[in-house]
Amino acid sequence: MVVSSCIGAVDISFSELLSIISYHTRISDHQGFTSQQASVFFNLRLPRVLLGSLIGAALGVSGAAIQGLFRNPLAEPGLIGISSGATLFAVIMIVLEINIFKNLTGTLSFYALSIAAFIGAGITTMIVYRIAMKNGKTVITTLLLAGLAINALANSFIGLMTYMATDAQLRNITFWNLGSLGGASWQTVSALLPFVLIPIVVLPFFAKSLNALALGEAQALHMGVNVKVVKRMIIILATMAVGASVAMAGIIGFIGLIIPHIIRMTFTADHRLVIPGSALLGGALLTGADLIARTIVAPAELPIGILTAMIGVPVFIYIIISEKNKNNL
Amino acid sequence: MIRVEELTYKVGNRQLVDGLSFEAHSGEMLAILGANGAGKSTLMKLLCREMRPSSGKIYIKEKELMNYRLEDLAKTRAVLSQHNTLSVSFVVDELVMMGRYPHFDQKPASNDFAVVRRVMQDTGISHLSGRDYNTLSGGEQQRVQLARVIAQVYETPNACLLLDEPTNGLDIQFQQQIMVLARKLADSGYCVICILHDINYASRFADRILMLKNGKKVAEGMPIEVINCENIHETFSIKVKLMACEDYNCPLVIPATSVS
Repeated sequence: MVVSSCIGAVDISFSELLSIISYHTRISDHQGFTSQQASVFFNLRLPRVLLGSLIGAALGVSGAAIQGLFRNPLAEPGLIGISSGATLFAVIMIVLEINIFKNLTGTLSFYALSIAAFIGAGITTMIVYRIAMKNGKTVITTLLLAGLAINALANSFIGLMTYMATDAQLRNITFWNLGSLGGASWQTVSALLPFVLIPIVVLPFFAKSLNALALGEAQALHMGVNVKVVKRMIIILATMAVGASVAMAGIIGFIGLIIPHIIRMTFTADHRLVIPGSALLGGALLTGADLIARTIVAPAELPIGILTAMIGVPVFIYIIISEKNKNNL
Repeated sequence: MIRVEELTYKVGNRQLVDGLSFEAHSGEMLAILGANGAGKSTLMKLLCREMRPSSGKIYIKEKELMNYRLEDLAKTRAVLSQHNTLSVSFVVDELVMMGRYPHFDQKPASNDFAVVRRVMQDTGISHLSGRDYNTLSGGEQQRVQLARVIAQVYETPNACLLLDEPTNGLDIQFQQQIMVLARKLADSGYCVICILHDINYASRFADRILMLKNGKKVAEGMPIEVINCENIHETFSIKVKLMACEDYNCPLVIPATSVS
């Protein structure tokens, strides 16, 4: 995070960063930086780093929770259609210019967009869950096919909306399909904050139930887990995080897949560690990826969604192969 | 103890469990025998509260099953299901610790660790400590699952254990280990209800046997009372021979040679 806030079109050295911080916290009166550097730091770098870590944390945490819920390490918000559901609802909000939305400005409009995306994510999760669950288990092929169908359906509607959209709206829509942290500002950060903080704080309380669910729904019930309530809460919390991050930064794929997987491989599958761990690692990794995305082709900027997909797909294939080998045993 | 009164479960017009009444006491092992489709698994699901009966009542320790809070029920009875697959892999110790989940909120207390350690000793899986569950053999996995189930009610005197075909798919050595364990649990005061396929295992290890056909009771009683050619023919539609055996108070059941 520190590195990422220093590197960019306007360079800020580490000592200058420290100087900015200490000056503004009135620790030191010495101004060892230019005002341009300070303004870049406060208005561009810092919100972007914060947005990146929030979204990374949100995606990591919701990925871990959704994989626990579906009892499948391949479930990922993007793959099973949750992100496109969220996108669709956000796009509908923009294009159809829902009345309430039109009257809202500034931070409030971001809130409205987040809530719309959250509802879209929630509905798609429910549909995919219904389709893919059989006797308390997900069949992986059904799950992925359901995701494929939902993605196709959502994309066709997004296409329809694109067709109906005006030029200004169009620019907004393209932004969602690529996934980028370019929209970072204090407004987006503050709009995202509650939608991410609530799941990150609350989901760890469901870690025990998620562990029990790994044994099966019936088994979890026998252990005194109120499976119905737990499932509903996890869907709400996870889609809240996914919906809000999609509303702010578009679809950034594979973070929700890779992060929990790394934690499970290196430490343990215990959700009491996987959930907070995914939040931390997700935040760190996405900030790092964003640093690469915006410096690698400088002065232009690579949409971060492209970068995460490039890293994510090989990992995805690796997981498919290892799952296949495990099931053959 | 468990008391079942006039238990009925209907799906459409079919009665999967039909007016069944029986009791199982503390310190006793009740084996349930029956052909495939006799309603054993349905009965088990009703006893676990996975499904609601169409009519009739189930009492655990004189309290109606439906009146229990889920957490309290989890401390009073534990269930070993037939199919146990893990979606993500856990270390054996963590899995056994899951049995303690109803007993702590976020962090296990030192007592929970102690229980896990003792249960792992009792079930003879201490040497599997630290192993990855998915790398274990079927018999080892089953014993780990049983350890988890025992850990759940370890400190509850006269709690109920419901075991759904615990020896399924295991070789004869593991079958015997599991049954000896179940027998010990009954002797130490638990009320054990166990669905079994093998008639000889049932008569060897259980105190009483309940035989089911089409959701109805065929016979109920001590092995010596109910294991006879008529009841077995009624329950399984097969002809068998009985063979007296030394040191064994119930005759052995072997298939009759001629194919009926």
